[in-house]
Amino acid sequence: MSKKVEAEPEGEGKKAEVCYVARVEGQGGINVEVSKTGNVSAQFQVFEPIRFFEAFLMGRKYHEVHELTSRICGICPIAHQVTALRAVENALKVQVSAQTRALRRILALSGWIQSHTLSLYLLTAPDYLGFESAIEMAKEHMDVVKQALRLKKLGNDLGELVGGRAIHPISAVVGGFTRTPTKEDLAKMMVRLKKEKEEIWRAVDLFSSFNYPEINRRTKLVAISNDKEYAVNEGRLVSNNGLESPEEGYRKFVEEKEVSYSNTKKSFIDGEDFLTGPIARVNLNYQKLTRDAKKAAEQLNLSLPCYNPFMNIKARVVEVVYALDEIMRTIDALRLDFSEQPVKAETGTPCEGAALTEAPRGLLYHWYKLDSSGIVEKADIVTPTAHNSANIEASLQALAPELLKKGQDLKFGCEKLIRAYDPCISCSVHVTNLQE
Amino acid sequence: MSTEKRLRVAVYKFTGCAGCQMEFLRLEDELLELTKKIEFVYFMMVQNRDELERYDICFVEGSVSTPRELEEIKMIRANTRTLVAFGDCAVTGCVPSIRNWLSQSEAEKVVYKDTSPIRSFKVGGIGEYVPVDLTLPGCPPHKNMILEAITASLLEIRPDLRMHSVCVECKLRENVCILTSLGKACMGPVTRAGCGAICPTYGRECEGCYGPMSDANPASLAAEFHKLGVSSQDLVRKFRKYAGTSKEFEEVSGR
Repeated sequence: MSKKVEAEPEGEGKKAEVCYVARVEGQGGINVEVSKTGNVSAQFQVFEPIRFFEAFLMGRKYHEVHELTSRICGICPIAHQVTALRAVENALKVQVSAQTRALRRILALSGWIQSHTLSLYLLTAPDYLGFESAIEMAKEHMDVVKQALRLKKLGNDLGELVGGRAIHPISAVVGGFTRTPTKEDLAKMMVRLKKEKEEIWRAVDLFSSFNYPEINRRTKLVAISNDKEYAVNEGRLVSNNGLESPEEGYRKFVEEKEVSYSNTKKSFIDGEDFLTGPIARVNLNYQKLTRDAKKAAEQLNLSLPCYNPFMNIKARVVEVVYALDEIMRTIDALRLDFSEQPVKAETGTPCEGAALTEAPRGLLYHWYKLDSSGIVEKADIVTPTAHNSANIEASLQALAPELLKKGQDLKFGCEKLIRAYDPCISCSVHVTNLQE
Repeated sequence: MSTEKRLRVAVYKFTGCAGCQMEFLRLEDELLELTKKIEFVYFMMVQNRDELERYDICFVEGSVSTPRELEEIKMIRANTRTLVAFGDCAVTGCVPSIRNWLSQSEAEKVVYKDTSPIRSFKVGGIGEYVPVDLTLPGCPPHKNMILEAITASLLEIRPDLRMHSVCVECKLRENVCILTSLGKACMGPVTRAGCGAICPTYGRECEGCYGPMSDANPASLAAEFHKLGVSSQDLVRKFRKYAGTSKEFEEVSGR
C-alpha cells in the first residue's frame, strides 16, 4: 500500500521504484535502476490479482463468451465484447448484417471517445498542468475539466444508447443486436456530436501546448488495417516492417515469452518487442483518417513516422477528432431497420475462431475453440497492455538515462511514460504473473 | 472550496475490472458539485495520493483473492466508518468466482506454465472476511446507487436501496414480460432491482447481474426454466454467473 521512493547517493547509481502507479487502470508498479556504469534495468511489474478468465470460460456456452469477457475490463468492455463476438461468429460461421457492423463500429468508437477522454484529461493532463488529479485541476482549469466530462459523457451515452449500458453493454449479442436505436435518439446524439466537434479544437490547442519528453528509439509498430476505413473492429495484422497477416494467422507471428527476472509473459514478433495503440494506428493508418483528424495531427505537430510512445497522447486527441467525425458519418449512412433480429448461430460441429480488433489501447486478440454443442473448450486472450508490456520496459530503459542527463526527476518521468501508454492492467493479467 | 468539513471518501480496487470505479466516474454531471461536499482521500485511478487515512465512507470494488488483499481489507475496515461492498465482485465474487468450482491448480495451469509465484485463493466477497455496512450489488452498480450511498452518508441516514426484484422495474417501464410472454429464461424474478430493467427493455432476458433480491425463490424459477426446456447444465450456468457463491443461487446450482 505504501509508495516507496528510494534515491541512492550520487555516484552510486540511481533507482526509482513506484509500488503502485497512480492514475492508471489497475494495480502495477515500476522499478528502474541506473547503475553508475550506466547500465539500466527496467521492470514493469503487475501485482494485479489474476482472475483466470481462460480457465473459467471453459465449459461456458458460446453466447455467454462476450458477456463474461466484457468483465475483463471496465474501461474497454466494448472492445472485449466486439472481439469475443467476432471470434465466436468466425468460429460458427455467422455472417452479420451491414447494420450490425455499423452499429458495432459506432459502439466501439464511443468506447474510444470515453476511454481516450478519460486518459487524456483525468489521467494525463494533471501531470502536465501540475496537479495531483483532475478534480484539483478543476480549481484553475474549470473549462478544461468541464469539456472533458462532457466528452466522456457523450461517449458513455452513445454506448448506452447502442449497447443498452455504457459499462458492460447488454444488447450486443452473437449475430447482432437485441434492439436497434431509434432515429430520434440518434438525431439527438447528432446534435451533441456536432457541438463537441466544434469545441474539440480547444483540446487540440491544449495538448499541443505541453512539452513531452523525447524517446527516439525506433520500434516496431503494429496495428490492424483494412482498405475501406480506419481499422477498428476488422482488419489484417500489419506492421511498419512489412508484416501482413489475416487475423487467424496471429499466433504464427506473435509469440509470448516468460522472462526469468519477473515471470512476466511478454509479447514479441520476430523476437522483438513492439508498440501497439493510438500512435501505432495513426502511423500505419494515417491515410484513412478524416480531413479534420489529419488537420488535428498537423496542429499537434505530429510528424510521421513517429516512434515516441509519449506521442500516444497526441494520437489520442487525433483519434477523438476522428471518432466524432466517423460516428456522425456512420449515423448519416445508416438506413435503420428496426425489426432486424440477430442472425441465428448453428452449433453441431467442433470449430474454432479468432478475431483481432483495435481496443482504445491497441491490438486485442481473442480465440476460442468450441465443441459440437457450442461449449468453450479452450480460450486464448491477449490484450493491448500485454502486447505492449515488453515495449514499455524498453522505453523505460531508453528514457531513464535521458532523464538523469537532463537532471529531471527519474520517478516522475517514468510514471509519466507509463501513463502515456495508458496501460489497462486488469486486462493484462491473463498473461502477466504476480509480483507480490 | 468551502471551509465546511467534507466527507472523506475512499475508493479501492481489489480483484476486479475497474468497471465500478468507471461507473463512479460516470457521475459526470454531479462530480464537480459533489467535490464541494466530499473529498477523495484515496482513489488511485484518479489521483496521486497513496496513504492510509481515516475514511468516512470507503467503496471497495473487487473481491478478495490474494493474501495481500486479505491483509488490506482488514486494515481498511479498521480505518473506515461506512464500508461499502461496491459491486458484485465485492459482494459475491461475480463472474471470476465461477472458477471456485475448478480446483485451484487446474485453473492456474490453464493460464500459466510456471505456477509457482501465484498466490491466489478462491474468490470471495469482502463480507466473508470483515463486517460490511452497505452492499451495492450490480455489474456495475448503477451510478444512482453510488449517489444514494454518498447522500445517505452525508446525512447520516440509512440509504434507500431497492431490495425487490427486477420485475417491479419492468412493470414500471411497461415492458412485455420476457418470461411469461416471450418464453425466455429471464432471471428478473429472482434478481435485485437497481438497473432499471435494462435487459428486458432491450428485448432480452435478464442475466441476473445484480445478484439475488431479498427473499428470492430461485428453486421455483428454476422449475419454470425447466418447463421452458432449459437443460440442467444450462441451469447451473445461469445461476453460477454473477452470484454463484450466494446462498440463494447455490440452492439451484449447488455449492
